[in-house]
Amino acid sequence: MADEATRKIVSQIPILKTNSGPRDKELWVQRLREEYMSLIKYVENNKQADNDWFRLESNKEGTRWFGKCWYIHELLKYEFDMEFDIPVTYPATVPEVAIPELDGKTAKMYRGGKICLTDHFKPLWARNVPKFGLAHLMALGLGPWLAVEIPDLIAKGIIQHKEQQGS
Amino acid sequence: MATVEELKLRIRELENELIKCKQQRSQDSVPNSVFRPRIEKMSAEVVDSNPYSRLMALKRMGIVEDYEKIRSFAVAVVGVGGVGSVTAEMLTRCGIGKLLLFDYDKVELANMNRLFFQPHQAGLSKVEAAEHTLRNINPDVTFETHNYNITTVDNFTHFMERISNGGLQEGKSVDLVLSCVDNFEARMAINTACNELGQTWMESGVSENAVSGHIQLIVPGETACFACAPPLVVAANIDEKTLKRDGVCAASLPTTMGVVAGILVQNVLKYLLGFGTVSYYLGYNAMQDFFPTMIMKANPQCDDRHCRGQQGEYAKREAARPKQEVVEEKEEEVVHEENEWGIELVSEISEAELQDASGPKPDLPEGITVAYTIPNKDGEVNSEETVEETNQSLEELMAQMKNL
Ligand SMILES: [Zn+2]
Repeated sequence: MADEATRKIVSQIPILKTNSGPRDKELWVQRLREEYMSLIKYVENNKQADNDWFRLESNKEGTRWFGKCWYIHELLKYEFDMEFDIPVTYPATVPEVAIPELDGKTAKMYRGGKICLTDHFKPLWARNVPKFGLAHLMALGLGPWLAVEIPDLIAKGIIQHKEQQGS
Repeated sequence: MATVEELKLRIRELENELIKCKQQRSQDSVPNSVFRPRIEKMSAEVVDSNPYSRLMALKRMGIVEDYEKIRSFAVAVVGVGGVGSVTAEMLTRCGIGKLLLFDYDKVELANMNRLFFQPHQAGLSKVEAAEHTLRNINPDVTFETHNYNITTVDNFTHFMERISNGGLQEGKSVDLVLSCVDNFEARMAINTACNELGQTWMESGVSENAVSGHIQLIVPGETACFACAPPLVVAANIDEKTLKRDGVCAASLPTTMGVVAGILVQNVLKYLLGFGTVSYYLGYNAMQDFFPTMIMKANPQCDDRHCRGQQGEYAKREAARPKQEVVEEKEEEVVHEENEWGIELVSEISEAELQDASGPKPDLPEGITVAYTIPNKDGEVNSEETVEETNQSLEELMAQMKNL
């Protein structure tokens, strides 16, 4: 969340109301509805701003999420699968977003390809419980991570564009 | 066709199985075992074949009243990494009754800067590799291992069940839970479980820059739980601006982890065997060799409702108890509104915004601070748009998201 543009984008993501985690039965369904509404709005905003960059979906319990995120670098699209579980303590704690195919390729990851969020992110999240949801995690966590790491990985030749990989 | 690496791993797994079988046989008192037989009663006799003689000497010297009691305790170690593995080894050597080990990770060569695990164990699950080594060290200990991540819904339910029923006698709760995990999510999961169960536990941690650490005793309802205040950290007195974080997530040192495991297990022994003074919070600043201590009471406004419930139970217990002599405690509690300790929220925000975003900081002794502050809920401005009320069901929303 380093620049004015990101702040503006984040301010347009609807915030959530229900403070409930995956162990709460009905309240969790309400929270999930809010998560989806917030995510849908964020993706729609991104599309309008011509900055569509991820898709997410979950199992029917909403405890396991998976999807794709992509990053455009020099007019080429680099796409990655992502996944994460909702921890029992959500939303007090942030899910650990993983991009398994990048595991071991950058030091800014924990085991299993979990991205290493900045020191700013967790305090920011903690201050905004329960208002922040998965859309905020995408906008403030994964998005900035991709913006820093992907160009770096491309520059180092660690990842190649899928169509330019040769075989 | 399996690769050579896969076959090697399979051989190691089978070797482990074999060792377990042999140990099982030696437990069933089949003679001629290569492993030392189980010892039924700890002896204080000083002979070279008695693994407990130096521990039992603690009793003779009057340090510990009843050392054999150690065999009646079950301790759960959550996280068998740099701190947890060493913790488990110390407890095993001390002759603890039962150890329950929880970890979802595998041993990697990248772990070799830490103690305990060995290169030939790479690829094995940490709990399995640890059980193997620890059984060899002391077959008197009962082991129970769980190779899973406790923070997911299903595993968490099982984790709670094992804390409640995994004591030395099945059906009884464990005596102590030790948190040796390396992340906030897992600590919060342990905190949630222990608050719900009223289970006493100890938290431990090493900072990501590897030069500070801490241990903390949490008695639900009595002392501050992990959710009562933002995470406490030992100030390392390093200028944050000179600390380079680019390109790495975390550093680690076997020394700091060894020290933290040592002070953790020392506290466990004092707590279980009843000697010395048990620390409620003990920090370790490796840069200055400074060990700050304190005690923090549970926060009546804690976000965890089970913590608040336990506080009510504790108050009832205290009221029912005949007054004992007052134990002198230095309590560090009051929350004050000053905000000299700002935390950088965004690199390009004004001081005023920073002030707004920071909350009250608990009054803590020198050398201990909080990782961040939470603003007062009343003072918050909700300028952002809130999710609208709709009649759409979750299924409809899921479908809508999918079709975007
Ligand atoms: Zn609490």
